[in-house]
Amino acid sequence: MKMTIILKLVFLIIMAKNPALANETILKDFEALAKSSDAKFIKFNISAGEKIFRTERIHSKGDKISCMTCHTPDPKKTGLTRANKVIEPIAPVVNPERFTDMIKVNKWFKRNCNDVLERECTIQEKGDFIAYMMSVK
Amino acid sequence: MSYLKWPVLILAISILSINTLWGDDDEEEQYENRSKNGTVTKLNTRYDFAVVTNSQFKAECTSCHMAYLPGMLPARSWTKMMDTLNDHFGENAELDVKVKNEITDFLTKNSSDKVHTKRGDKILATINPKETVLRISSTEYFKRKHDEISPNIYKRKSIGSPANCLACHGGAERGDFSEDSVLIPKDKTPTIMKK
Ligand code: HEC
Ligand code: HEC
Ligand code: HEC
Repeated sequence: MKMTIILKLVFLIIMAKNPALANETILKDFEALAKSSDAKFIKFNISAGEKIFRTERIHSKGDKISCMTCHTPDPKKTGLTRANKVIEPIAPVVNPERFTDMIKVNKWFKRNCNDVLERECTIQEKGDFIAYMMSVK
Repeated sequence: MSYLKWPVLILAISILSINTLWGDDDEEEQYENRSKNGTVTKLNTRYDFAVVTNSQFKAECTSCHMAYLPGMLPARSWTKMMDTLNDHFGENAELDVKVKNEITDFLTKNSSDKVHTKRGDKILATINPKETVLRISSTEYFKRKHDEISPNIYKRKSIGSPANCLACHGGAERGDFSEDSVLIPKDKTPTIMKK
């Protein structure tokens, strides 16, 4: 009993010290979610993730918009919000803090997918997007 | 050499203290009185607004823009803003209820009609009591203070809109809007983008 608590603590400390591990974990969590909601799910698709990132569409308000509007076409570069504030790079290779906090990840997927696609993203899409971002070297 | 130093120092100190004693007398007294009847919880006379912060506010309200200070708007404005985060100036800034309530509490407790400050009072005085404004940048006070800035200047890439106080007032998040620290950036790639 005590041993498992200690093990868990050690694990948590390693996670906190090593965000790279934490974003692997989040991807695994999405994988588990995808499996439980779709029996045919096999794995996340990096190129589908890149497509989500790069596809431009016309918003019903009339503006052309995509994920690149704020995150720039290069995931390794700093972006800019509509109110002109810097967004740290979205690719974990240069910003290891990315995709390390499930609540934060879901909060921004909800906002940004609604903002760009005018709907929420599916678990598959979220996983594809993260898989793509983690593949950026 | 050193025999000159002390009298000069003493003179300087006494000039400084005379200045703080009689400098802005009216205002200082006014604010002290207010604090006696309990409405002022914190006042930083050096700055225009009280500089207060809250970790949830910092985490949730500063990712898209600068940290606006609670003392810039009255409580009813914050309450309305926090109740309409699903459409926050065209963006979705929704929060879960617990976080939302904590931030609303922080903003309203430190709002311009609860904690009186020099600049907060002046802005408040130009807001119609029957109206609930959501923008500091749409108040009469703001317009009056910025009437020399043409709309084209705000469109500069390095500024974007009147809401971006920080672009011109480097001390905005510290509540410092003093005239001598204003600097309108030239149009170039914003310095922050160069990185
Ligand atoms: C209107 C501007 C804007 C657009 C468009 C946008 N984002 Fe974002 N995104 C942001 C901001 C702001 C943040 C949070 C800033 C920060 O954490 O540094 C963010 C953060 C995120 C995060 C959180 C990552 C993490 O763990 O820190 C994800 C995921 C994300 N965006 C996905 C997307 C996707 C997918 C799209 C396109 C469908 C998109 N974004 C389009 C502004 C935008
Ligand atoms: C998803 C991005 C986003 C988040 C998160 C966000 N805001 Fe905003 N906010 C905006 C945009 C966009 C504007 C309009 C900026 C402009 O006009 O240039 C704005 C404007 C404002 C203004 C008006 C400024 C003025 O005087 O014109 C206030 C006040 C404000 N936000 C407060 C908040 C508070 C409080 C929170 C946290 C609960 C918050 N914002 C979170 C995007 C955001
Ligand atoms: C384009 C640049 C710019 C932006 C953006 C801007 N200001 Fe200003 N602001 C100025 C200038 C210039 C003055 C006039 C300084 C003077 O009187 O010489 C000024 C004056 C002021 C003053 C009066 C200072 C005094 O001592 O009388 C206040 C208060 C102020 N601004 C607040 C704000 C707030 C709050 C915002 C954001 C909602 C903002 N400003 C956005 C440029 C800007």
